[in-house]
Amino acid sequence: MTEAVLDHAEITPVSGGELEMRRGGTGRAVLLLHGSYGWWGWETVHERLAAQFDVIAPSHPGFGRSTRIPGIDTVDDLAYFYLDLLAEMRLTPARVVGFGLGGWIAAEIAVRSPEAVERLVLVDSVGIKVSDRETRDIGDPFIVSGPELQGMLWRDPEAHQAPVPGPTLEPQLLEAVLRNLESALYYGWKPYMHNPKLRQRLHRIVSPTLVVWGGDDRIVSLTYGRAFAESIPGAHFVEIPDAGHYPHREQVEKFIPAVVDFLK
Amino acid sequence: MLAYHFTEMPYPYFPPEAEVELNSPRVILPNRYFDPQVGADLYNRYLDDYIYADDLGLEIMLNEHHQTATCTDAIISISGAVLARQTKRAKICLLGNPLPHRDNPLRVAEEVAMLDCISRGRIISGFVRGVGTEVHPANTNPALTRERFEEAHDLIIKAWTTPDPFNWEGKHWHYRYANVWPQPYQKPHPPIWITGTSPDNIPWIAEHQYNFAAFLMAYDDVTKLIDIYRRRSAEQGLPAPGPERFAYLALCYVANTDERALDEGKELMWYTSRRRHPGFSNPPGFNSVRTNMMILQGVDKPRGDTFDSLRSKGIVIAGSPTTVVQQIKEWHKRGIGHLLMMNHAGTLSTELTRRSMKLFADEVYPEIRELRGGPEMDGATPSAEPERAVKERVMRAEG
Repeated sequence: MTEAVLDHAEITPVSGGELEMRRGGTGRAVLLLHGSYGWWGWETVHERLAAQFDVIAPSHPGFGRSTRIPGIDTVDDLAYFYLDLLAEMRLTPARVVGFGLGGWIAAEIAVRSPEAVERLVLVDSVGIKVSDRETRDIGDPFIVSGPELQGMLWRDPEAHQAPVPGPTLEPQLLEAVLRNLESALYYGWKPYMHNPKLRQRLHRIVSPTLVVWGGDDRIVSLTYGRAFAESIPGAHFVEIPDAGHYPHREQVEKFIPAVVDFLK
Repeated sequence: MLAYHFTEMPYPYFPPEAEVELNSPRVILPNRYFDPQVGADLYNRYLDDYIYADDLGLEIMLNEHHQTATCTDAIISISGAVLARQTKRAKICLLGNPLPHRDNPLRVAEEVAMLDCISRGRIISGFVRGVGTEVHPANTNPALTRERFEEAHDLIIKAWTTPDPFNWEGKHWHYRYANVWPQPYQKPHPPIWITGTSPDNIPWIAEHQYNFAAFLMAYDDVTKLIDIYRRRSAEQGLPAPGPERFAYLALCYVANTDERALDEGKELMWYTSRRRHPGFSNPPGFNSVRTNMMILQGVDKPRGDTFDSLRSKGIVIAGSPTTVVQQIKEWHKRGIGHLLMMNHAGTLSTELTRRSMKLFADEVYPEIRELRGGPEMDGATPSAEPERAVKERVMRAEG
């Protein structure tokens, strides 16, 4: 398990700390921004994309083995952090794919510097407010555990299991998983997993945008996904059937062609 | 040794199956189970018991929790205000204000200063980070509770010790003209007490020379924390702290015989038997990753205690007066100078609660009161009232 977690991963010094970075493949660079539960190694989705792209998959500050970075306290900070990183790596304008929380970061990047993004893919993303004040748009998996949690993440929790805190995880992965949970809420606690201002700013996005959604997402619904797409000028919406919050894991064979065609 | 009466003011009359179904009497137990008619009786009963404690010569401790049936004392400034007027001599230990969850720390400074003036200097100002279940009611980012605690603390102390308006541009709070009226009765401010359950914040408490209070922990665990405090004091070249610096909260019940105390006092287990929802008790970021790894890898407090096993750890202090004196002396030997007595929990009746308190005041307190760290200790002014007057009032109170 340890080897799988560390596969393709290197620790890169950045201003104020260190970043765990998974990288592989050749071709055009694609920045993958993970969700609240982080990367679980060099995953199938990385491997498949690396067949055609230079896949760059960092762990956000505080996630995985990346250090927390002083002054990086909010998703706003993370957006500027990645804009700086892309510029330093000479990857601007960039192809950015964001999952869940990572989709929120990607959208914040795109509204801040629309010209810095060449292609934008949002996968089951959080970040905007759609419903009224008494309706929580974004599910709260952070207070549940065991089967209840897996049932929120997957369409078919019998076939898939996210690594979650428990005594059976090997220590390195357990530490990463605990750091992921802590950091997800550190950035996303209040307002819960969204920026009330983001939706009104999405009109600024100029890059071609693809919004990909698991048809049975129980964290952020298909309706929420469509509202997200409708707020971005010209965005295309693709539903991946038979997938929950992680279409890139649960239906990777359907996910890859949809995204690859768009990124090429 | 000073002794303090304490109840969490529980509302125990909710359907037990609701707690089982939700796995929690806290945070999400629907408030439809709160009947204000019953609540009115309970509040008045609990406050009367506190007044009785004052009459008996005991000190008083209050705490607050939110969105929970286990503790309906939701605002210690309110219960504290009632008791500041209705008691005559007892110290009123507010333990405490949950600083990370108070959106305006200057308001805390005002409330405590008012209470200190109204009570003519009988307030002990406890500050707490709040347990995990406090995070959702206030919706405070759990990972920020520690730094919010420290900034709020710094701001309140400055507000109590600065005679002119001042500017504050911190991370979490901003004021251009901070200038708290009123100011505390005690100078420079009321004694500060802080709670702790792990080594994380003990050095900070020691550096500030504040009182450290441990709640419901076993003898050896408390001893370890006190050692950390003492070591830190020594490292900083501070005077060695005596028992007046350390407080311990136990479930307490005294009866004529051990058998009777163990039988009647069992109801106190109501408190320790409540369900703990892991998601609400320990939200991500509330404990450090290291602590959480230890919890998950099994280095955690064992569950499934009985009243008697809790007694062997010192968490329950129960028995005949002779037995209880011995137990308290054991705590004193381990460095404790303030005994916070949870004399009530669950549905324990006023009659039994008061009988235990009275027996404690008559037969236990005289045996332990003069232990070093008694009324002469630092920061604690003994009751100015002659003992006879207290006794007379007790007789009156008992009708």
